[in-house]
Amino acid sequence: MGGHLNINHLMFLGQGALWTIGLSLVALIGGGIVGFVIALARISPLKSVRIASAVYVQLIQGTPLLVILFLGYFGLAAIGLKVSPLAAAGASLTLYVAAYLGEIWRGCIQSVPKPQWEAAEGLALSRTQRMTKVILPQAIRIATPPTVGFMVQIIKNTSLASVVGFVELMRSGQIVNNSLFEPFAIYAIIAVTYFAMCYPLSLFSQRLEQRMGRGRSNLAPA
Amino acid sequence: MSLQLDFPAVLERWPSFVAGAVLTLELAAFATVLGALLGTLAAVGRGAHNALIAGACKAYVETIRNTPLLVQIFLVYFGLASLGLKFSAFTVAVAALTINVGAYTAEIMRAGFEAIPRGQIEAAEGLALSRLQIYWHIILLPAIEKVYPALTSQFVLLMLASSVCSQISAEELTAVANYIQSDTYRAFETYIIVAVLYVILSLVMRAGFWGLGLVLFPRRRRLGTPL
Repeated sequence: MGGHLNINHLMFLGQGALWTIGLSLVALIGGGIVGFVIALARISPLKSVRIASAVYVQLIQGTPLLVILFLGYFGLAAIGLKVSPLAAAGASLTLYVAAYLGEIWRGCIQSVPKPQWEAAEGLALSRTQRMTKVILPQAIRIATPPTVGFMVQIIKNTSLASVVGFVELMRSGQIVNNSLFEPFAIYAIIAVTYFAMCYPLSLFSQRLEQRMGRGRSNLAPA
Repeated sequence: MSLQLDFPAVLERWPSFVAGAVLTLELAAFATVLGALLGTLAAVGRGAHNALIAGACKAYVETIRNTPLLVQIFLVYFGLASLGLKFSAFTVAVAALTINVGAYTAEIMRAGFEAIPRGQIEAAEGLALSRLQIYWHIILLPAIEKVYPALTSQFVLLMLASSVCSQISAEELTAVANYIQSDTYRAFETYIIVAVLYVILSLVMRAGFWGLGLVLFPRRRRLGTPL
């Protein structure tokens, strides 16, 4: 205890911030890949696939991320896998992000106007061709603003990885606080750092939305 | 090593799990009611003619929406402590969750206010309704009715997010789970049970809000489905 906040502490916090960005990217890419599969499965012609993916989404969206992180952390250990906190946090966040991104993207795919689907069918395109050549290119445009908005949620949610011992921004703040015990000042610095990462993305998302002329802002979880 | 699960060892603690679930619902209920009030005030404030009030409300909403709940909880917890104020962890949790959900509610309510056609307000003015009557009957109630599904799913998310309050040892479902798993060494089983309980709680909340919506807004045809 004792001492003052010095450059070493700030360096340590900076390193934590880099890990926050790294974990966010892992969650975005992993969750994006799984989420894309979920989105396609939700509109699959096979009823069983539709139901299975809907159940997945309902289960994940009905469970707090904190509990999913604990499940990933202890669950992987329980089946005998020795995993690092990064792997456990990355896997849990991937599952979590996939459920939300999957639902967002399903909505975007389905909001491509119906005549587009019919025209593609009328041109005798196969289901794959219809998706890749007609529907997805349009859906990606619609999906960009909400996806950027959801990236803010991902960054904020990585703060929970601190509870399974992953040293990202929040955890490094807690560690620094353990030696200095100036919680209010340190958590204020942490809050400002998160804000500096998230606010530009929020603004960017809003700009994209306005450009697309649809006024839906990101109303995703805390 | 193969996976060995021993649920009975954990399930015999069911009274603690039930108590935790009830505490989580209590926490969520307090924060929902207080947050709805705070959020509505902030949404009204954002549309104020006074630039100072509008700016303050915008700053509040943007700050909260762009920082993690976990950080907010710690700031409230240690902030109150450094002011020399002592509250129970539960009170601090309610305060932090209220501040958090208030910002999201404000955004949703603002969308609701913006969806009120200008002509309706002009018509109400033409009928000589007082400002208060216009605000209540023409703006607030129809706006709530429009955004009711978005509001309720935000409140369900709030209930789930309240699990984070276990980090300041506020008593709720996740805190109970943390205690049980450290006592039984059956972490995986404990969190599976807790996950199931959260899914049940969120289904119950959605069904409850759906039913409430039917009572509150009888003329509304399309409500958010319970699932």
